[in-house]
Amino acid sequence: MQTNPVIKLAEIHKVYHTGEVDVHAVRGITLEIFPGEFVALMGASGSGKSTLMNMIGALDRPTGGNYLLDGIDVSTLDRDALADVRNEKIGFVFQGFNLLSRTSALENVEMPMLYHRHRIHSREQRERAMHALELVGLGSRADHHPNQLSGGQQQRVAIARALVNQPSLLLADEPTGNLDSQTSIEIMGVFQKLNDQGITIVMVTHELDIARYTRRNVILRDGVIVSDTAVASRLNAEMELQQLRAAQQAVKLAS
Amino acid sequence: MRIFASLKIAGRALRRNKMRSLLTMLGIIIGVGAVIGSVSLTTGATKQVEDQVASLGENVVTVFSGNFTSGAMRGGWGSAPTLTVEDAKAIAQLPHVLAVSPEVRDREQILANGLNWNTQVMGESPDYPQIVNRTITSGSMFSDQDVRSLAKSAIVGKTVVDQLFPGENPLGETLRIRNIPFQIVGVLTPKGFNLFGQDQDDIVIVPYTSHMHRITTRTFLNDILVEASSDKDIVQAQNEITDLLTTRHRSKEPDFTVRNQADLMQRVSESSRTMGFLLAGVAAVSLIVGGIGIMNIMLVSVTERTREIGIRMAVGARGADILVQFLIEAVTLSAIGGSIGIASGMTFSWLIASLKDWPTVTPSLWIVIAFISSTIVGIISGFYPAWKASKLDPIDALRYE
Ligand SMILES: Nc1ncnc2c1ncn2[C@@H]1O[C@H](COP(=O)(O)OP(=O)(O)O)[C@@H](O)[C@H]1O
Ligand SMILES: [Mg+2]
Repeated sequence: MQTNPVIKLAEIHKVYHTGEVDVHAVRGITLEIFPGEFVALMGASGSGKSTLMNMIGALDRPTGGNYLLDGIDVSTLDRDALADVRNEKIGFVFQGFNLLSRTSALENVEMPMLYHRHRIHSREQRERAMHALELVGLGSRADHHPNQLSGGQQQRVAIARALVNQPSLLLADEPTGNLDSQTSIEIMGVFQKLNDQGITIVMVTHELDIARYTRRNVILRDGVIVSDTAVASRLNAEMELQQLRAAQQAVKLAS
Repeated sequence: MRIFASLKIAGRALRRNKMRSLLTMLGIIIGVGAVIGSVSLTTGATKQVEDQVASLGENVVTVFSGNFTSGAMRGGWGSAPTLTVEDAKAIAQLPHVLAVSPEVRDREQILANGLNWNTQVMGESPDYPQIVNRTITSGSMFSDQDVRSLAKSAIVGKTVVDQLFPGENPLGETLRIRNIPFQIVGVLTPKGFNLFGQDQDDIVIVPYTSHMHRITTRTFLNDILVEASSDKDIVQAQNEITDLLTTRHRSKEPDFTVRNQADLMQRVSESSRTMGFLLAGVAAVSLIVGGIGIMNIMLVSVTERTREIGIRMAVGARGADILVQFLIEAVTLSAIGGSIGIASGMTFSWLIASLKDWPTVTPSLWIVIAFISSTIVGIISGFYPAWKASKLDPIDALRYE
């Protein structure tokens, strides 16, 4: 099968110049990720996961190396072109959700379309945002504000927002970091469902059991890749949740 | 394209902080309101002065005693007693002069009907009503014979009638000035207040001879009212008067001043222009103050919303989108502030006008100027904060707590 990689990193470096010392956060990473993959970037805190994700997400530029996103050389683009890449090709999900407060779920999801290079009619914006919310199972909460939603629901809104411009890539930096274990599995369920529909996902996590819901695990240490393996026994979020609920039911009956 | 979205976002942000938005606009509201209010009142006032000056008659020349340029320093218009009845008679003989009224003025306590009233008593010639474009409603003006005989005849204004003869016909009645009985022979058609708040109907007119010999003991006039033979002859009449009085008085520098209506009109418009400059100054200062207020709040807003800016950039907002968003917020603030200011200024002047019986006119040019300049203030004061916001680094902004 001869498909082109969505992400093609070649000898990527990132050096932070802060104060007296330079921090060499990413030290020569070469990595290819193909359409339809579901990758977990793992590693200890400070190993450079977020730094790498920000570069993959066109939020930041590498200080060395080459990065092709969908065949486009992102490392040479200017600020505006990077903004357009983020808008059209990438959906980003953050650990802290990063929703606009006092703004409804629907409007949060609509936001990326406001900045689309081609004007999207407001009715179409509404329809697409609604569709994205339904995709993450929040169709009935469209007019709720973030403070009226649970953490898991907020993260679903963030995922809907990341999907609304139909990106070629969904990036998530510790999306379950602020969630309890059951909600985390629910979010992984959303990701697995999206991945089954063909969406490419790269996710940062330091939790081993969360990484087992993905298809491929890449482990970083001190800014370099130390391991890159396919997940042998992949967990199914749907089944895990069923088991979890059954167990909870049993505890309830026993008491 | 994206402007509409930015407008929507700005509107929502301003509505979210209603109180703060209002307080931010307050500087502009007060500044624009004060300017529009005072412009309305002074424009109305100026217009009324112009109307009054015009209503005096186009072909009236006034000769004041004293020299305005040097004499004004000594004591003001008409203070130096230099004009005599003989001067007035000589002026009446000039070729381009139609009518003359030697004028003496005095405030007196007058008594009638067991009531008393303090009013302006003027000594004039029978030509006075014709010169100043006033008419007599009932009765008639005293005659030249009355002037020669120092007649104790008086013409009264409506206010005097109201005060001394409430609900009565004053014609033929007697009023006492310094205990001298004067018979009322005529009542002036009411004219109302002039701009300086003077009641033009609070007035008693007697023959100037009676005034100078019976009421006061004066030998000099306050001024001489002259009617030129026609509008076109007014400059000639002025020159004739100047030549005549210069030879008659033989003084080194002129001890009199000749003014026509056009001169007075010009003075009025000069003073209103000065007022205009003053107001423009006030407006500029208040707009600058208002602008600083807006800039301050916009800087606070950009800092507070750093994370929001980061989120917007992360999903694809360009620097220009952020710039426009904050710029529109600033302009919306200042334009709404300006509009509220215009409305409150007009309301304020209208209130004053209805309470104080003052005229008020809001020139539409000033409304346009006020609106445009408050919008420009918004652009200028919003630009720096908006530019700062647009230059934020998305990652730094996202990480901001
Ligand atoms: N903006 C920055 N300026 C300076 N150093 C940074 C910055 N961001 C990250 N680092 C440093 O780079 C290294 C990698 O950080 P990061 O990518 O956040 O790691 P991880 O996400 O794996 O915990 C750390 O040593 C961190 O201190
Ligand atoms: Mg991290």
